[in-house]
Order: sequence, then structure tokens, then C-alpha cells
Amino acid sequence: MGAGHHHQLYLPGGSVVHRLPPQCKLLAIFAFAIVVVATPRERFWAFAAYAVLLGVVAAAARVPVTYVGRRMVIEVPFVLFAFLIPVIGLGERITVLGLSLSVPGLWAAWNILAKATLGVAASILLAATTEPRVILIGAQRLRLPSLLVQIAMFMLRYMDVIMEEMRRMRVARESRGFEARNFRHIPVIARSAGALFIRSYERGERVHLAMLSRGYSGRMPIIQDMSASAHQWATALALPAAALAVLGLTW
Amino acid sequence: MVNSLEVRQLAYAYPDGTQALFGVDLSIARGERVALLGPNGAGKTTLVMHLNGILTPGHGTVAVAGTPVRKDTLKEVRQRVGLVFQDPDDQLFMPTVRDDVAFGPANAGVRGEDLDRVVKNALDRVGMLEAIDRPPHHLSFGQRRRVAVATVLAMEPEILVLDEPSSNLDPAARRELAEILRSLDVTVLMVTHDLPYALELCERSLILSDGVIAADGPTRELLADAELLARHRLELPYGFAIPAV
Repeated sequence: MGAGHHHQLYLPGGSVVHRLPPQCKLLAIFAFAIVVVATPRERFWAFAAYAVLLGVVAAAARVPVTYVGRRMVIEVPFVLFAFLIPVIGLGERITVLGLSLSVPGLWAAWNILAKATLGVAASILLAATTEPRVILIGAQRLRLPSLLVQIAMFMLRYMDVIMEEMRRMRVARESRGFEARNFRHIPVIARSAGALFIRSYERGERVHLAMLSRGYSGRMPIIQDMSASAHQWATALALPAAALAVLGLTW
Repeated sequence: MVNSLEVRQLAYAYPDGTQALFGVDLSIARGERVALLGPNGAGKTTLVMHLNGILTPGHGTVAVAGTPVRKDTLKEVRQRVGLVFQDPDDQLFMPTVRDDVAFGPANAGVRGEDLDRVVKNALDRVGMLEAIDRPPHHLSFGQRRRVAVATVLAMEPEILVLDEPSSNLDPAARRELAEILRSLDVTVLMVTHDLPYALELCERSLILSDGVIAADGPTRELLADAELLARHRLELPYGFAIPAV
């Protein structure tokens, strides 16, 4: 139960952003990402303006910049990939600091970096202001495929249970003198993973029985009514609307 | 008065051919608390799965408050039979205690303030109202079992069916659960091999052995009959003795 009382990405608070219904935030972030991706990569000013917009949202949500910064680490693999493109890219080349780089490669790298960074930052803001289970209620309200939403819900609920089971299996292995040290131990780990899969599958069956016993008929019942007012929709959609205006102005 | 539960000549074989029940007969009157005793493998869980139609009898009938368990009555029956599973992690599948307790009534169409009232009332009955907004996996095992009881109480069942309610509980949690069960005004069928717990909570007991009801009588009398218990692989824990009546 390492996650503590709240999910690690969530930053509890009562700001206007926290209080918006999840479906509004989800749609706003999605629309924002579309506008960002649709922006031609030559429009440097537009990207700067998008970053400022996210800064405004962060300030309104009282999410510290350092908090967002720390969680941006997840982007590092993409950044490394982006840095590789100019090196291995083809076409016209220029020399920067003694390194021969491809010009189309540089553009491609900038394109990936700028758009991914904005997208990741926007997602971090969403996660910091919305509890995971509430995000899923939003997804349910937006009529995302109900089966996918339910799968995500159960993943969220049973992650800790399965991690705990995994820990117990590791303790059982180690109590009998086993420690994974090199690749010859992979079969043992693989068998444990197989056993864990079967246990989880059986748990799934029991959970399904429990759901049937309480009248489940394929759809999750609506327990919390989280309908959004026109005002709340307008507040949330101000972000993509502003981004769209920036895109129009820099055309 | 109609019995809460009426099982007649119930027989069942699993799809692989293993016969688990060979003609079970039992009836439980409204308001009774009955223990279903039996060793592992006697068919207790199989019998329980028939009570709300998760398994369909190979032969015989099950009726809950006069309603026969059939495909077309499943919805109604499942609302009337409150099944509490052995592992609360199987029973509590929603992200918060509130959502979990609300799941059953919400499926039955209860909404808004009514739903809120039903949920709070059920949690209050098991003494877990203060945990309403917590995620189930942050509760202790005993608390989770109590919430599991609340999830079915919220459906206002005709009969509460508990599968090994005392398993994995520490002594205090065991006593607390017993107090809660005694305070509830519902019919209870408690499936267990914890004989002292059966004696503490249930006036009447049934022994299920090899797929049939082998004995049916006052718990005290059955448990005092050491020979009967031994015949069905049941025994009192070390140090316990119940004087013959």
C-alpha cells in the first residue's frame, strides 16, 4: 500500500480547477492537445503562448511548477529519441558545436519535443487536480466504451491487491533461498508470473460472481451524479478556446 | 408464513462430472439464524452458489421467500439473497466504500438522496459510517469484512448468507462481527466450520456432508454429540467441551 492515502499523482486541493467536473476537464485537455498537434511547427510563438496558458491553469489550480517539473521526468525516453533524430536524419546538414546535424531532423525533433512536452504537462495538470477514480467517472460520462472504463476501474482497485500478492510470492521464494541474480533464474520468475496471472484470473471470476450477486447486468450503475453546468463547461473549455485563438492569431 | 429459504431435493454435478450435491433438503424460517456446518469439500460453497442462482440446479428447486430461483426471477432473487463472500477483496470491487455499498441499490434503480440514505444506513448498522469515503484497500481486514456485510445489507435482503464469516479475523474483530450479526434483524445462513462461532450465534445448525444434509437440530445438541461430529470430519477446537443436554 505504498500509494498512501491519495494517488501519487494527485495533489489534493479545492481550487476552481479541482472542482470542475471530470468530463469537462477531460474534454478540455483533449481539445487542447488537438490544437497543439495541429499547430505547424514553424510557429514558435504559438508554442510559447500555449506554455503560458498551461502556466495560467497551473496557477489557478495552485499546482507548483516544481511539482509539474518533477513529474515531467516520464518524458525523458522521448526526449532522448528526439535528440537522436537530427544525428541520424538525412537531407541538408549544418554543423552545430562541431556536430553535423540534419536540418529536417532538427525540425522533426523540435516538433516532437514541443508538442509532447505541452501534452505531458497538460496531462500532469489533469492528474494533479483530479483523482484517478473521478477521471474514470468523467470518461464514463463522456460515453467512452464502457468495457474499457470498467477495465481501468478494476485495474485501479486491484493494483495494490495484486502487488501485495506479488510481494508475498517473492517473500515465499526468498524464504526458500532463491534470489534472482542472473538470466538463468528467468524461468523461475516466469513461472511466478504465470501463477500470479492464474490467481488474478480466478479473483476476477470471484469478483464477477460478487457483482452478479448484487444485480450487475453489464453496465456500471451511476452512483455519483456529476453533471456539469454550462458555466463549468465554459470554464473548462476556455483553455482549448484560448489555444485556438492563439493558433488563429499566429496564422 | 412463507419460509425465507426453501431448498428441495437439490442435486448438482459440475460440468466435469463431479457430483457435489446429492439431494439437499432444507428450510429456514424468517428471522432464524442457522449455521451450515461441514468439512472442506462437503459442498457448502456449491450449495451457497445455488441460493442466488449463480449455479443452476441439476435437479430440485430453490425458493427464496416463496419465489423460485429461475432465469426469469434471477434479478429479484439476487436482491433478496445477500451473499457475503469469504474474501472481502472479492466483494469490495469499487474505488470507495460509498460506491461499493451503493453498487447493489444503484443497480436496482435507487438514485440521489434515497441512495445516499440507504448507503449511510447500511454502513451505520455495521459501525463503519466514518469510513464512507475511504478506499476499501486502506481498511483493516475486519473492517473490510464489515463493509462487505454492509454492501449486501444495503439491498435489504430477505436472507443474509455468510461464507466463513470468522475466517482470518483476530479475536476482537471476530467478537465485533458477532455483535453486529446479532444486532441485525434479518434471517441469517452462516456457512462455517468454526463450531464455537456457530454455537455463539445460531440456535439451529445443519451438517452438510458428502452432498446431503446429515443432521439438522439445535446447535448445542449437535455439537455435544462427539460421535456425530467425528463421522462428518468436524471437531471442536482443543479445550472446548459442550455438556450433553
